[in-house]
Amino acid sequence: MTDAISVTGLVKTFGSTRALDGLDLTVRTGEVHGFLGPNGAGKTTTIRILLGLVRADAGSARLLGGDPWADATTLHRRLAYVPGDVTLWPNLSGGEVIDLLGRARGGLNRRRRDELIERFDLDPTKKGRAYSKGNRQKVALVAALASDVDLLLLDEPTSGLDPLMENVFREIVREEQARAGRTVLLSSHILSEVEALCDRVTIVRDGRTVETGTLAELRHLTRTSIEADLAGAAPDLADLPGVYDLRVDDGRVRFDVDTGALDVVLRELASVGVRGLTSRPPTLEELFLRHYEGAGTAGRGATEVAAS
Amino acid sequence: MSTLTGTWTLLRLILRRDRLLMPLWVVFLGLVPLAYAPSFRDLFPTDAARAQYAAAGANNAGFVALYGRLDGSSLGELVAWRAGFVPVMIALISLLVVIRHTRVEEETGRRELVGSTVVGRHAGLAAALIATLAANLLVAVVLALGTSGEGLPVAGSWAFGLEFAAAGWAFAGVGAVAAQLTRGAGGARGIAIGVLGAAYVLRVVGDLSGMGGGGLSWLTWLSPIGWAQRLHPYSGDQWWVLALPAACTSALAVLAVALSGRRDVGGGLLPERTGPATAAPSLRSPSALAWRLHRGLLAGWIAGFLALGVVFGGVAKSTGDLLDENPNLQQVFARLGGKAAIVDSYFAAVMGILGLVAAGYAIQATMRLRAEETSLRAEPLLTTGVGRLRWAGSHLVFSVLGPALALAVGGLAAGLTHGLNTGDLGQVPRVWAAALAQLPAVWVLAAVAVALVGLVPRLAPAAWGALAACLLLGLVGAALQLSHWLLDVSPFTHIPRLPGGTVRTAPLLWLVALAVALGVAGLVGLRRRDIPVG
Repeated sequence: MTDAISVTGLVKTFGSTRALDGLDLTVRTGEVHGFLGPNGAGKTTTIRILLGLVRADAGSARLLGGDPWADATTLHRRLAYVPGDVTLWPNLSGGEVIDLLGRARGGLNRRRRDELIERFDLDPTKKGRAYSKGNRQKVALVAALASDVDLLLLDEPTSGLDPLMENVFREIVREEQARAGRTVLLSSHILSEVEALCDRVTIVRDGRTVETGTLAELRHLTRTSIEADLAGAAPDLADLPGVYDLRVDDGRVRFDVDTGALDVVLRELASVGVRGLTSRPPTLEELFLRHYEGAGTAGRGATEVAAS
Repeated sequence: MSTLTGTWTLLRLILRRDRLLMPLWVVFLGLVPLAYAPSFRDLFPTDAARAQYAAAGANNAGFVALYGRLDGSSLGELVAWRAGFVPVMIALISLLVVIRHTRVEEETGRRELVGSTVVGRHAGLAAALIATLAANLLVAVVLALGTSGEGLPVAGSWAFGLEFAAAGWAFAGVGAVAAQLTRGAGGARGIAIGVLGAAYVLRVVGDLSGMGGGGLSWLTWLSPIGWAQRLHPYSGDQWWVLALPAACTSALAVLAVALSGRRDVGGGLLPERTGPATAAPSLRSPSALAWRLHRGLLAGWIAGFLALGVVFGGVAKSTGDLLDENPNLQQVFARLGGKAAIVDSYFAAVMGILGLVAAGYAIQATMRLRAEETSLRAEPLLTTGVGRLRWAGSHLVFSVLGPALALAVGGLAAGLTHGLNTGDLGQVPRVWAAALAQLPAVWVLAAVAVALVGLVPRLAPAAWGALAACLLLGLVGAALQLSHWLLDVSPFTHIPRLPGGTVRTAPLLWLVALAVALGVAGLVGLRRRDIPVG
């Protein structure tokens, strides 16, 4: 299978700000790819480069087999984009904007359009200036999702939606992927959303990729939390490599362990006798936070990527 | 918390945001009438000459419509009369400033941000009104000090200044009320400008009727623009008339506060109009979108040019008539070709003004392109199958053809009005050609704007600076005897003085070539650069 998006070593500076500093991103055809990072990490700049709106200073970017800058208009007929900050023309109704953008993209599926408007509970007769942020986002989402395209680029598409509509959005993205095999690049802050929808994830920080892979792979690189009730006295786990934050409380131990060291540690526990065991894989949130807690840990993410 | 808490803070915010614009219009409008005093003194040095001029002016319908009625012939009265249109401009600016700091703030959501801090419900409205009323008072002070410095009577000078301020006050109130009515600032501006237009028409009809001793002269008293003139500066100084605009402004302010208390922040009192749920089949291209975005502006400018054309054409004949009564001017113009020459040179001058105004429209239309970019509305369109040049072209059609259409309408209206007035329809094509001859210069300024947007987008507003420079060179360049080299910088210097002048095609072709070159450079820049550039 070819890659829908392949970006390597992307660099972009705005004046003295280095927005992208060697960013890599690969999105396989047919997958939903999560694009995670805090504000200012370079997600929107990357997407704008992929859309041919902004020109990269260095590095290469390929999109649907073409050059996003040189082949912009041809590629645009095969993709749809929902910006993070949707502004509409104040004197056009939402329905008019949906139709205009759909037609400019080469036609939209009318039945699908009406169905989406209904499911998102959108009033298409309001003028652009009268919509709230969430409703403006719905207009852009309907316009994008109602077009028959190969690739959806969604830049924080749900930041203004309420939980009910967020659910509708998840349902629709799942359907899209199942039905039409579309590729989706989903930039988001909402980790539960990424966890629920995405096959693979790329985490960026300061314009650089710090981790990429499936959620399972990412978890493998990190620690699991273990809580065990033991039959006998707790073994001396503190000296074992890969064990952190150990707390012993009578016959009860709690600790975090590097996934690679799990085997050795469990054998040690079993030798004493285990009455009960809870293990919790790290949530995406924990993965995410580990990369952004404090500037002092800056080097850590990069080494892990190298290790993978 | 009082509903006015935070007014002082917001007032400082307004002054900070308008620190450039406000002093500019205050000083400019306060000083404009000063230019009339020395020129009247030079042209009509004796009481008799002034009386003659005043008699002609007071009985000329075109002048009365434009400036109002003239009762005496002292220098002060003549100056105040000739400045009779300035209060309309002050009124327009005042209502725009109030709406800018009230409804625009709400529409963009900034009001909400400010409103969640320790700021009372009416603080924003109060601050906008205080700033605008104070700025108007400053105009009055500048004008009063300036005119009394020119040697005009001091009391009359203050009445003159307050006449200006009163017009601004009343329409600051109108702007404040209009800002409560609609959700969008555009709608509020439309309502307030409509009221200003109605006030002006009432004044014109009342004055014209009064000139002929007709029974409708009381209409002037219904118009805030009319009140301002009834102060009669230098001509008895009717101070009590000030009570009318003062009462009107207070009433409007109270009404605006009451209305503001009855609605939600961000909401309007008039129901929001909805649009169609699906787009018309024709709305399928960037050009169709551009037509939707530009048609209101285009219609407004065409209507404005139509009105200007009728006024300019209507006054033309009387510029020739003035010659009959002024031997000084007769001597000057005898050498240049007599009465026909004075009318021709009048048309050449006003068509030059029309050209500058049209250049303003051309720049404004071009700036829409930039506004689409900075407001992030260009992005969704440019990420469909629409290329950058097609997108830019859809807007630039209006920068190129919009001013052409406006000038064609304005020139035709001026020509026809003058032709019908004099019974000589042969004048129509001459005047029309004079209007259309401005186009190459207008296009150069439009192209300067395109080049800035394409190459140095952050400096795009400098296009307005280029227009201001042309205006300045055209107005005062010759009088200050600036070097030819400097005057040649303005494209308008190279436009033939029509009707009557000789036409050389080479400079016109050069101007068009320059416009094309600048436009192409801008478009090449636009294709190569990042979008959006903030």
